[in-house]
Amino acid sequence: MSRRRPFLLRGRFWVGMLPWTWLLLFFLLPFVLIVNVSLSTPDLAIPPYIAPLHQAEDGSGVELVPDLSSFQRLGDEIAALGEDGAEPLYLRAYGNSLLLATLTTVCCLLIGYPFAYHIARARESIRNVLLMMVMLPFWTSFLLRVYAWMGLLDSSEVGLINQLLIGLGIIDTPLPLLYNTGAVLTGMIYSYLPFMVLPLYANLVKLDQRLLEAASDLGARPLTTFLSVTLPLSRNGIIAGAMMVFIPAVGEFVIPDLLGGGDVQMIGRNIWDDFGPNQDWPMAATVAVVMVLLLIAPIIVFNRSSRSEAGEQP
Amino acid sequence: MVAQQQDSGAAYLRIEGVSKRFGDNRVVRDVSLTIARKEIFALLGSSGCGKSTLLRMLAGLETPSAGRIVLDGEDLATVQPHHRPTNMMFQSYALFPHLTVEDNVAFGLRQERPKLARDAIAARVGKMLDLVQMQRYARRKPHELSGGQQQRVALARSLAKEPKLLLLDEPLAALDKKIRQETQLELVHLIERVGVTCIMVTHDQEEAMTMADRIGVMSDGVLLQVGTPGEIYEHPNCRFTAEFIGETNMFHGRLGPQGVACADFPAPIAVSPLADHADGSEVSVSVRPERVLLSREAPGALEGGLNSAAGEVVDIAYLGSYSVYHVRLSGGRTVTASVPSARWGDAAPPTWGDAVWVSWKAPAGVVLSR
Amino acid sequence: MSRGTRSLGARSWLVLVFAFLYIPILCLVVFSFTSGEITTQFDGFSLRWYQALLDDGEIQSAVWLSLRIGALAATSAVVVGTAAAFVLTRFRPYFGSSFFAGMSTAPMVMPEVVTGLSLVLLFTHPALSFLGGRGALAIWAAHTTLCAAYAAVLVQSRLREVDRSLEEAALDLGCPPFKVFFIITVPVIAPALVSAWLLTFTLSMDDFVLAAMLSDPGSTTLPVLIFARLHHGLKPEINALATIIVVVVSIAVLTANHIMLSSQNARLRAKQLAAAAD
Repeated sequence: MSRRRPFLLRGRFWVGMLPWTWLLLFFLLPFVLIVNVSLSTPDLAIPPYIAPLHQAEDGSGVELVPDLSSFQRLGDEIAALGEDGAEPLYLRAYGNSLLLATLTTVCCLLIGYPFAYHIARARESIRNVLLMMVMLPFWTSFLLRVYAWMGLLDSSEVGLINQLLIGLGIIDTPLPLLYNTGAVLTGMIYSYLPFMVLPLYANLVKLDQRLLEAASDLGARPLTTFLSVTLPLSRNGIIAGAMMVFIPAVGEFVIPDLLGGGDVQMIGRNIWDDFGPNQDWPMAATVAVVMVLLLIAPIIVFNRSSRSEAGEQP
Repeated sequence: MVAQQQDSGAAYLRIEGVSKRFGDNRVVRDVSLTIARKEIFALLGSSGCGKSTLLRMLAGLETPSAGRIVLDGEDLATVQPHHRPTNMMFQSYALFPHLTVEDNVAFGLRQERPKLARDAIAARVGKMLDLVQMQRYARRKPHELSGGQQQRVALARSLAKEPKLLLLDEPLAALDKKIRQETQLELVHLIERVGVTCIMVTHDQEEAMTMADRIGVMSDGVLLQVGTPGEIYEHPNCRFTAEFIGETNMFHGRLGPQGVACADFPAPIAVSPLADHADGSEVSVSVRPERVLLSREAPGALEGGLNSAAGEVVDIAYLGSYSVYHVRLSGGRTVTASVPSARWGDAAPPTWGDAVWVSWKAPAGVVLSR
Repeated sequence: MSRGTRSLGARSWLVLVFAFLYIPILCLVVFSFTSGEITTQFDGFSLRWYQALLDDGEIQSAVWLSLRIGALAATSAVVVGTAAAFVLTRFRPYFGSSFFAGMSTAPMVMPEVVTGLSLVLLFTHPALSFLGGRGALAIWAAHTTLCAAYAAVLVQSRLREVDRSLEEAALDLGCPPFKVFFIITVPVIAPALVSAWLLTFTLSMDDFVLAAMLSDPGSTTLPVLIFARLHHGLKPEINALATIIVVVVSIAVLTANHIMLSSQNARLRAKQLAAAAD
């Protein structure tokens, strides 16, 4: 009868090779290229950069010349921080992005936790309907939902909120609601809320009701029960939800572009601008590399929590 | 209990020094065992004792870290599970949820190479469903069946290929207690009718004793004792077996010329003459509750030695045909005695607080050194 | 203790958040029926913007391209994602397995600008010109990468629930491992595969950033076109498009949910019948 076949002939090997190869080619290799380009020199060519490893101009073979000028620009901004008249374009964008992402995460958690909690506690028949209602906006076009907010927040008298407030006689002149940080924050909370609610719900719905009953049976008040039983047990859901919001929010480009006008600088827009209009790919790559470095810790946290949520670790 | 029906002749299945480790964890330790053709053998032990791992190694779902498994003269070591002449009935039954009952039973037959003829498969499936009386449900899906019906389909499926060895993993554990008892003997009759050699794994001693010709008791990956149900119950070879199979009163002490001297029994416990235990060695004595006699008066001396002690009834569990008495001796030790209800005749049985005597004959105590 | 949704506070919180989620969408729908040119003023009912949509060849070809890319990307993402999920749940730990686990979910959270930029660099790299540069194919590859992560997570959670002994039983009955996957595992997890396909299809249909960075003039997907239009003056035509999308998605989600629930109920009833018959 058959001995173990050599691994090249075994199905398992090929099943494993498919996702490995795909991810290596379309996820890992591109990241290597980002690092490569971040060390390149901008050039008027296609593609618009000279890689560190290139043909020497005198034709004497290849030479390795990493160009650190893009990183230098970020370094200069840090060095100039204290000085008057400093214009730390990228640093401000990083700061703004981290701040807005943090605010978005916190607001989503504050809105989403009680929301997910009450859905998870609803009767089972209602629960499915409610969950579907959370999913529905998530399935409809993201761009169009942001566009809807452009109409709602419009700063002229045809803006829907302004129309309402003027109609009710609360204000006389329209409020400048659009094209500011508040508008961006609103749009981000709106867009990312389902990403917070779904992992939280998935976690809270598994929470054993008998634990809560046991706690109150032992004399704990509702608040104590919540703080000492519910909250610690939903930790993985909170972490997963927070990371699902925070990490993509840091790099968000569309919402600040559509709702933020020219004022709200965020790092996603910088990458987009350097990549597009400015044609400075090395700078875009550098900014992206630094962003990924900033996000490595949260990404690892996310992976841990989602894996322990999936039941891989006891 | 089923009579033993071993073929005289060479062992059909030989397990030789099989071990399995998962990392540092030695789950099965150096198990050797031979099983005769058409024997029903039960591996008995609590969960985590390695019995299921041993069964899975027979099926090829785990690879032994050491040792050999030889079935009907063929070494199974390098044979992949899908090429082994063994079939297993899983604890969860593992019926394919998307296939009907008959497709489930036909599944193994359809994997045969060279291919079996369509009508040969159909005939075989029909015969199997007849055997387990599930003809009526042939077109149903597994989730439309009750637990007992699912169990029968699973059995039919694992018998369909006429395996050389049938493996049953906790065959009845998923059933309600009442159905379980009915099913035990039914299952034995079926297996005997088919005439297949069978190894089952169970944690239920009653199940093992009802169904198996021989039982292997496992604990901590070690096969402690192999024997017929009677041998294992009456002559356990270690404390674990004595305590795991049935109830027992266990006394610990030192072997001397008068018997076993125990701290918690007034006199040295008289036992049958021993050959293989030296005086002065630490031993235990196991006395089954049904061997313990209960009386209101001090029992007279009996030939062959009689152990007796006075005590007080502290607990009675009335179980219909018999009652279990817990008697506390003067030293504080409690001895349990199961007493047939008919024992007392027309007289009133002892009740809580009554002073009584417990006693047993010397041969009733089994001396254990490990 | 389903007291949760009965208390007034709980109910009003649910209503409030749902209002927050749905009012913007409702506004889009309402103003799609305006007869005027302004997207936030209702000047009387008309279907003229739906007519405009019908006459708009640019949008139609963008929709068609998005549908094709979506279907292809969802299919390939489910294949890659299922293979990844299988590796994550059924393979013993091997060298690099935790690295693989991290990498397989990373595209889900990685900011899209970064993924997009990295893929642009890949597809425009002089040494990799055989990949064909930017265009529909590049968008498909990018969407497959992103969607495969979602598919992997979904399929993985289903695979973990599946009774391992089903696969072992098939093996035990003589079915070779590769065949076990196709005739046992795949049918058993089929519902998860379908929902993964639907989710990844909508993800692909919806993606703007990757598509925008990787598109060339010949490959304008619907979100790329919408984004361009949002920058060059708004017309209620977009509202009409949004309304159609909302309606289509709602019907799809409701149908899928209905099918799922009714098959669940049928299963439950059958079980009760069998138990009663025993």
